Amino acid sequence: MSPKDVLHVSGLRMEFGGLVAVDGISFAVGPEEIFAIIGPNGAGKTTVFNCVSGFYKPTSGHVVFAGEAITGRSSHEVARRGIVRTFQNIRLFKNMTVLENLLVGQHQQVDNNFLSGLLALPRYRRMEREALAKALFWLDRVGLREFANRQAGTLAYGHQRRLEIARCMITDPRLLLLDEPAAGLNPQEKIDLQRMIDRLRRENHIAVLLIEHDMRLVMDVSDRILVMEYGRPIATDTPERIQKDERVIKAYLGED
Amino acid sequence: MQENIKSALIAAVLTAIMMLPIFGMHLEQEGLNLGLSYHWKWIVIACSAVFCAQLARPYVMKAFSGSSLLSLPALNPNQQRVAFGVLLVAALALAAFGSRADISIGQLAMIYIILALGLNIVVGFAGLLNLGYAGFYAIGGYTFALLNRDLGFGFWQSLPFAAGLAALFGLVLGFPVLRLRGDYLAIVTLGFGEIIRILARNLTDLTGGPDGISSIPKPTVFGYEMARRASEEGAQTFHQMMGWAYNTSHMEVYLYLIGIVFAIGAIAISVRLSRMPMGRALEAMREDEIACRSLGINPTGLKLAAFTLGAMFAGIAGSLFAARQGLVNPESFSFVESVFILVAVVVGGMGSLLGVIVGAILIVCLLSMGSDLAEYRMLYFGLILVVMMIWRPQGLLPVGRRHVEVAPGEVSS
Repeated sequence: MSPKDVLHVSGLRMEFGGLVAVDGISFAVGPEEIFAIIGPNGAGKTTVFNCVSGFYKPTSGHVVFAGEAITGRSSHEVARRGIVRTFQNIRLFKNMTVLENLLVGQHQQVDNNFLSGLLALPRYRRMEREALAKALFWLDRVGLREFANRQAGTLAYGHQRRLEIARCMITDPRLLLLDEPAAGLNPQEKIDLQRMIDRLRRENHIAVLLIEHDMRLVMDVSDRILVMEYGRPIATDTPERIQKDERVIKAYLGED
Repeated sequence: MQENIKSALIAAVLTAIMMLPIFGMHLEQEGLNLGLSYHWKWIVIACSAVFCAQLARPYVMKAFSGSSLLSLPALNPNQQRVAFGVLLVAALALAAFGSRADISIGQLAMIYIILALGLNIVVGFAGLLNLGYAGFYAIGGYTFALLNRDLGFGFWQSLPFAAGLAALFGLVLGFPVLRLRGDYLAIVTLGFGEIIRILARNLTDLTGGPDGISSIPKPTVFGYEMARRASEEGAQTFHQMMGWAYNTSHMEVYLYLIGIVFAIGAIAISVRLSRMPMGRALEAMREDEIACRSLGINPTGLKLAAFTLGAMFAGIAGSLFAARQGLVNPESFSFVESVFILVAVVVGGMGSLLGVIVGAILIVCLLSMGSDLAEYRMLYFGLILVVMMIWRPQGLLPVGRRHVEVAPGEVSS
């Protein structure tokens, strides 16, 4: 463990009743690193995500974010510290406009004070204006500006994925968790996504934790990869070496 | 057709089973003995009515489906503004030209508008079912009554306390129970409403028991009493100061105008709320709580804020009610009161301010109809709810909410 690590997970174990979903998972994500978790369906990848982002309280193990233990903290507290996530099945506010989705994303940054909102004090108005400008900035960055006034639920699937990422980024996170961001995207959209992840990392200085089934995308974009099977880690290494790892090949292709 | 007859028969039999013990048998005293007498006529009439209605229902539904009668379009913001204006003019016209009885009903309408707008924050904005709303209403009324009786506070002095105490109760109740969802929350709030009423009834030393607290004074006008004679020696009353002849209806109009001012305040707060970050977050929370949490929004805190704010509205309405009646007693704040307010919100359209206001006015009109209809209140309230749920579950006037938008010119850059 290096002190510079953004996220440090050690000995993570999650049981549901008698079922052990995840056991013995340890990894660290460095600053501006793209770290992928792969594995067959049901390997426990999303469970690891839920433990890191506070949606599950791990049975045992530690999650340390930027030097602070966040194990067992509730999800909104984790999010406020700078870990935000997307979901496998997109969770946009479908009846709100694209712009409003991005405004809700900034809820922790705008002036939340009830009275200043009620009286529309200057400070409140200024912060609302800034929030709107920031939302437009992010719409430009993900190329959705022309849809600003559309209902989020009416966007094309690929656009919804991008909007969800923009809604995460607008909270100024330090670690972005992407749960199968390429699922359901066409080849061109996958290439765009890959570019976007790389750009976000370089320009916004965030670390990315990624779950993905699309091997080409994972191998191209990740710095390091953790392979899981049946809730346990098989290997953690760079993409080149993971591709040659006997155990990984066995897990994916089965034994002879 | 056969299917129709079958379901109609079942409905008729169910009606008979339900009605027989309630309407069919009457206990009658004959000298020293109690006897049962049977009233078959009404049961037969009811059963045949239900049978015919059920038989005709599929055809009626077909005839009404797609009818424009019951499907008013959602109003756009401009139309809403006009509608608010029309309502305000109508309210002021009533103050100027209405009879004393009309104005009295108008006062009640304003109280219900405040209540319904408050409950709308809880039910419509935050999506929490509150069946004990009358409990907060009672706290408002009793706070004013008690402060007046024991400490001699007037209406304006006790108003902040009434609002604050109701809000405090909302906060204290909300803190443990807002983790519950849906049905469970409804049951806890229902229990809370009943607890408040029963406490008011049984804490006889404090609340006067079933008789309640009477001789609550009317509000003053900037310190001048509106009475025939000032209660203190040498003080001036309002009509003396204005040089008017004393007229008791002035007081009614004054109370009504206070009601209008508070109702406008409630509307203004609701409108602002729906456009503030808190309103945005509440709407987002109704759509997807998990996504909210993943963005750092604490749903429990939001719900608590909405619950407290709703309770505060009820506290203010309670004070107004106490001032209007001059009397509070537990029966004014019973469970049906909570139901009436909820019906106003649901009939008008949850989350729609204009709808909720119209709903409240409608409810007050129904409640004020002749006393011979009062017996059948629960019957026609039930009927209204059933019809609404079948034909217009979104309420009479659903919202065309104003979205945050960028100017068309800014969309492409």
